[in-house]
Amino acid sequence: MAPPSNRRTGFSKRAQYTNFFGYIAAIAGALLGGALLIVSFVDPTAFSGLRGIASDGARPMATATATVRSEGSGLFSTIGGYFTRGSRVARLEREAEINRVRLAEAAALADENRRLKALMNMPVEGVAQVAKAQLIASTGSSPRRFATLSAGSSAGVATGMPVRSPLGLVGRVLEVSRGTSRVLLITDSESVVPVRRSTDGIFATARGVGDGTMRLELVSLGINPLKPGDIFVTSGSGGLYRPGIAVAVVMAVTRDGAVARVLSDPASSEFVAVDPVYIAALGMPDASVSAPPPPVPAKQ
Amino acid sequence: MASRPPLFPQRRYRKEINRSHSPVLANVMPWLSIMLASVVPQWLSIFSAPVLPPFGYLMLVAWRQVRPGVLPVWAGLPLGLFDDLYSGMPLGSGILLWSITLIAMEMLEATYPWRGVVVDWLAGSVLAAGYILIGCLVGGHGAPAIAVTPVLFQIAASILLFPLVGRFAAWCDRLRLIRFRSIR
Repeated sequence: MAPPSNRRTGFSKRAQYTNFFGYIAAIAGALLGGALLIVSFVDPTAFSGLRGIASDGARPMATATATVRSEGSGLFSTIGGYFTRGSRVARLEREAEINRVRLAEAAALADENRRLKALMNMPVEGVAQVAKAQLIASTGSSPRRFATLSAGSSAGVATGMPVRSPLGLVGRVLEVSRGTSRVLLITDSESVVPVRRSTDGIFATARGVGDGTMRLELVSLGINPLKPGDIFVTSGSGGLYRPGIAVAVVMAVTRDGAVARVLSDPASSEFVAVDPVYIAALGMPDASVSAPPPPVPAKQ
Repeated sequence: MASRPPLFPQRRYRKEINRSHSPVLANVMPWLSIMLASVVPQWLSIFSAPVLPPFGYLMLVAWRQVRPGVLPVWAGLPLGLFDDLYSGMPLGSGILLWSITLIAMEMLEATYPWRGVVVDWLAGSVLAAGYILIGCLVGGHGAPAIAVTPVLFQIAASILLFPLVGRFAAWCDRLRLIRFRSIR
């Protein structure tokens, strides 16, 4: 099939100009896109306001879809439960999974408490949760792993706050707008979470890979003591995440670390909680909004 | 040759006394369907790997192939900007890539005017694969390593789903030209 013959404009000056300026506008658009891309590379947060307005605008429909999604998946799991041993089994299995993770978190807390008692005069405070919200959208086709949260600055959410589900850490808030906020999931390749093993506190960093797994890199190199099934929790260093939130479970051991599976699959965690930045909740100065460095004294 | 029953009642697009297209629907439909295609799939789940085909881009290419005159050449600027706001890519990459795509398709069509299902599918597959790979370079810059398996899956899914997206664009095109507005 040949393209339509209206490509030829004939003698109509108007049609010729329309065609010509269409091409000019297209080329100008491409150049503008390139310029904006360079700006985005230099300053990734440059257009966060624009993105915030856009995600605020899409929030009602996205929330409705998310509600239907969660109810739909609930319906499916109930039907699945009847097919296996009734819906009770599905519920108990889910509870058992949560309890397994909670046990690991409790072990980590006990370890933490031991260490804090050794320190004696460390300020400890109960961490209150900022907001409870829903993950309503995610970037499923880009190499970056962002999700949109249905709570924004009007709910008290601020940049840097950790986001977690009952099953473990989900990510941290990257950009905030009025009614929504953008969450960097811990599976993103630019997300690094300081973690430690829940049983004995071997420190590692958990770096996202981008395909739902994380790469654990041990801080102290040497003999790799990790085993499949080890659960890693946040260590609290860096001051962003409160210690003891479950992060990942080791799947396969590599030469200098391990490949781990994220414990809180964001697809199944419908409601998530936003915690305050840990070090701010303790009453210490926020490390994420550091003051500008002191001016370098002029050399003579 | 036996023809299939039409999707809408046939009298709806035949020239009919006292019925006409709606100019609003006829002009808005391609833009709206592409914008919805770039946003709605992201609401379906919280993806922990890049496995979702870029439906907005596929829809743009499909519309360009189904109905060549309906989108102007500069449509990559507004539609790419809209996609950038939601896609998670650095803002500007969609504008750039979508504009280049439309310009390239325009030039290619002027050079090689022969088309067919296989040619369209091949062209769409090459464009989608290129878009995803360039997107990985642009969007994942600075990352130490990008997982290859989800990207390969994404490319395969895009190629396999492209004819379906084309059918959907054609369905939208028929919806666009329904004569339902009564002339008084």
